Amino acid sequence: MLLQHIRDVKDPEHPYSLEELKVITEDAIEVDDKRSYVRVTFTPTVEHCSMATVIGLCLRVKLMRSLPPRFKVDIRVAPGSHASEAAVNKQLNDKERVAAALENPNLVDMVDECLAPSYG
Amino acid sequence: MKNSVDENFELNEVQTLEGHTDRVWSLAWKPAPGIDGVPAVLASCSGDRTVRIWEQSPATGCFQCKAVLEDTHTRTVRSCAWSPSGKFLATSSFDATTAIWEDAGGDFSCVATLEGHENEVKSVSWNASGSLLATCGRDKSVWIWEVLPHNEFECVSVLQGHTQDVKMVQWHPSVNILISCSYDNSIKVWAEDGDSDDWHCVQTLNQSNSGHTSTVWALSFNASGDKMVTCSDDLTIKIWGCDIIRMQSGDGYAPWMHISTLSGYHDRTIFSIHWSREGIICSGAADDAIRFFTESKDDLVDGPSYKLIYKKEKAHEMDINAVQWSSMENNRLASASDDGTIKIWEFISAPGKKMHL
Repeated sequence: MLLQHIRDVKDPEHPYSLEELKVITEDAIEVDDKRSYVRVTFTPTVEHCSMATVIGLCLRVKLMRSLPPRFKVDIRVAPGSHASEAAVNKQLNDKERVAAALENPNLVDMVDECLAPSYG
Repeated sequence: MKNSVDENFELNEVQTLEGHTDRVWSLAWKPAPGIDGVPAVLASCSGDRTVRIWEQSPATGCFQCKAVLEDTHTRTVRSCAWSPSGKFLATSSFDATTAIWEDAGGDFSCVATLEGHENEVKSVSWNASGSLLATCGRDKSVWIWEVLPHNEFECVSVLQGHTQDVKMVQWHPSVNILISCSYDNSIKVWAEDGDSDDWHCVQTLNQSNSGHTSTVWALSFNASGDKMVTCSDDLTIKIWGCDIIRMQSGDGYAPWMHISTLSGYHDRTIFSIHWSREGIICSGAADDAIRFFTESKDDLVDGPSYKLIYKKEKAHEMDINAVQWSSMENNRLASASDDGTIKIWEFISAPGKKMHL
């Protein structure tokens, strides 16, 4: 079950997990094992959430580390949940931008903090 | 009705090149010197911050890594391009620089570093004569550099116009016009004013003129330069044409017009596209597949159309970032992937299958 991999990802701004904040739920994760495909749909807590791209980046990194490399992963915000939905989705799924972000030490620190096994 | 996938073609894997320790982003075959016995050379660049030079052994036909260009770029090396003479290799990096390497008989030294972009440089291209270099990047700008004697490079223009990061720049094969494509979904054509040495945007191809509806990742010209092909995150490939005779005559600008859209073939982002000298378009995509298209002779009523002639599923274990036809052998190509490998392929027509002795 994929939720176990990402349920404990911490929110970048709050001392709670994404599951506790209802940013991700069980039915937000679609897995097609046969096609090696995963789609995660998360719901930012507010529709102007400036951290949406960081949350998406954390989810992507966590899945990259958890899943076999054959999996293709799409990450998006829930339809209607964010003021800049299309822009956020586009950025989260542009792997060149993701690669560049993951070479940015500040962002990597932020992501690692959210992915640390224990927090609080 | 003939099946869209023609079974008369075969794609044979010739060799897998291993050595990079991260995803391979881009490939460049060294221009053919036109001298017999000079081995084929391929450059590759990677998220591991290195560039590798692979040379084909004349004895065995196998490619071997002859050089690793490292300790210069401090971040991902995103793109590489040989000068037309093959004497220089330009590499652009997320570290905001473009390095120029001189190839002295297989010994590479960094002879210039081009600085100016604010952050990630995503693509580099030499013009046909090797007198100009173009770069582009995340700062939304396109830079044109003049190649001066003694390995000096002078920025002659900084072109603003794209509203998002610029993914690729490519010079036309015969005329001094530059094409750029971007995360802003558009393709821009840049040309120099007759007298003033000023470069400016002469055409924008976007959704309003049959262009792409998402990030345009790459472009390639056909051999005669009267057509170009673009590929996108919108899962389509588009063919564009222009009046090349008029363009070459200098009698004003001949605009690019949409000719054809190839949709329904890809189901994930198309990262790379390359047009062979023999007219075969090859695509590399995030679905790990390589596809081949040619102009269809079947139906010319509505102008040229293009058909899929071959598809190789699982050409790599992961996304394919680059496909590149060889500059020397017509049926050879290379592909590069997130799986860290490069593959050398032979695309052949099955009935006239080459003998492997």
